[in-house]
Amino acid sequence: MEKILYAIGVLGVLGAVFGGILAVASRIFAVKVDERLPKLTGALPGANCGGCGFAGCQAYAQAVLDGKAAIGLCAAGGAEAAKKMSEVMGVETAAVERKVAMVKCRGQHHLPKGRYEGIADCRAAMFVTGNGPTACPSGCLGFGTCETVCKFDAIHVVGGVARVDADKCTGCMQCVDVCPRKVIVPVTYDSDIVIACSNHQRGAYTRKFCDIGCVGCHLCEKQCDYDAIHVINNLATIDYSKCVSCGRCAAVCPRQLISDSNLRTDMDAVPAMHR
Amino acid sequence: MSIFVTLFAISLNAILAENFILVKFLGICPFMGVSKKLDTSLGMGLAVIFVMALASAATWAVNEFLLVPLSLAYMQTVVFILVIAALVQFVEMFLQKALPALYQSLGIYLPLITTNCAVLGVALLNIQNGYTFLESVVYGITGGIGFTLAIVLFSSIRERLEDCDCPKAFKGFPLALIAAGLLALSFMGFSGFKVF
Repeated sequence: MEKILYAIGVLGVLGAVFGGILAVASRIFAVKVDERLPKLTGALPGANCGGCGFAGCQAYAQAVLDGKAAIGLCAAGGAEAAKKMSEVMGVETAAVERKVAMVKCRGQHHLPKGRYEGIADCRAAMFVTGNGPTACPSGCLGFGTCETVCKFDAIHVVGGVARVDADKCTGCMQCVDVCPRKVIVPVTYDSDIVIACSNHQRGAYTRKFCDIGCVGCHLCEKQCDYDAIHVINNLATIDYSKCVSCGRCAAVCPRQLISDSNLRTDMDAVPAMHR
Repeated sequence: MSIFVTLFAISLNAILAENFILVKFLGICPFMGVSKKLDTSLGMGLAVIFVMALASAATWAVNEFLLVPLSLAYMQTVVFILVIAALVQFVEMFLQKALPALYQSLGIYLPLITTNCAVLGVALLNIQNGYTFLESVVYGITGGIGFTLAIVLFSSIRERLEDCDCPKAFKGFPLALIAAGLLALSFMGFSGFKVF
């Protein structure tokens, strides 16, 4: 009988003593946390995608609190997150332009340079074969490294080329950073005119390996009344500050490169691969 | 045998011949769970060294001055769990206040270790082996170093496994489990080798 009482006593006293010590310690060692911090963190999506340039949502919230970062850097949370954060911090809401990723290539119409059978990863392919296994030096390799880094299920390799689902894309731009060929670029979600090629080779050379690449024919440039599209270094390039989305360049392009359908294509309607 | 020789023997034993993870199979949960990246596994390892050393000291004292005099040695398991849990909680609070930088790097791993069986294991083994206070603390530290060695080795292997071209059925955890088994097998080579 005594033994049981000892056991209960020892455990009870130990528990009470530890409880007491912890209670006192929590007072002594209490760290003041700004009450706005959990609110700021709550306004963010919590995906920790790193698109804002900080280690995660918590780190970004802390930086905003410390005044080291601006509100509205969170692409994934968009205007809604920016609005909530502005309310918490008590400042005016700044408008956030929604950006999405876009793949500036329409697929493997470009010929292969050789056969690559290594690790199915674009970065690895670029190392092994010296600037990649495709004849086009700037086209999409289609191994899907972007697909693996996307946390929002918004980019997929379909028929050998990466395609962005613009509605799912939150604009964190992880795919932009990881793409070894820099084929993926940020564009405004509302863009009506985009150019789906990133090849800077001369037209005559381009024709040899790709039947849908930009050949730098200047037809779009001649059509434009607003001085908004120019062939720079053999590739049509749009100046969005001047473009009014009239669509005349898109109509005249012999390779149908210029269109908003490149941004918002139905994922199934991607041209099939033909090598 | 001088004390240094004894301590050296205990250390070598804890790190290699009786490695907590790969030979005793204690603390497998963090070994599989936190070993995907090298830097996080290193953080986990450091936290384990820290907690194991503290827990060894605290539980040895509790056993020697409380449980043994009252002949309550059969309550070791439950009392040690209580002591370790309270200790980790306290250390966490202390670190958050006094050393925020260390808290940032160890903080997320500390609560994970509270009920880790490697930590409870080291406390119970100290008593079983009849170690003195100093020996207990050394066993705790070197046991933690053994844990760190195992988890760092394993996470380096797993980082390479990520990129390997293997059958789909093996991708991820199955391959990691096989690798863990092979690593444990390699540590079998140290068993049977008695230091002094």
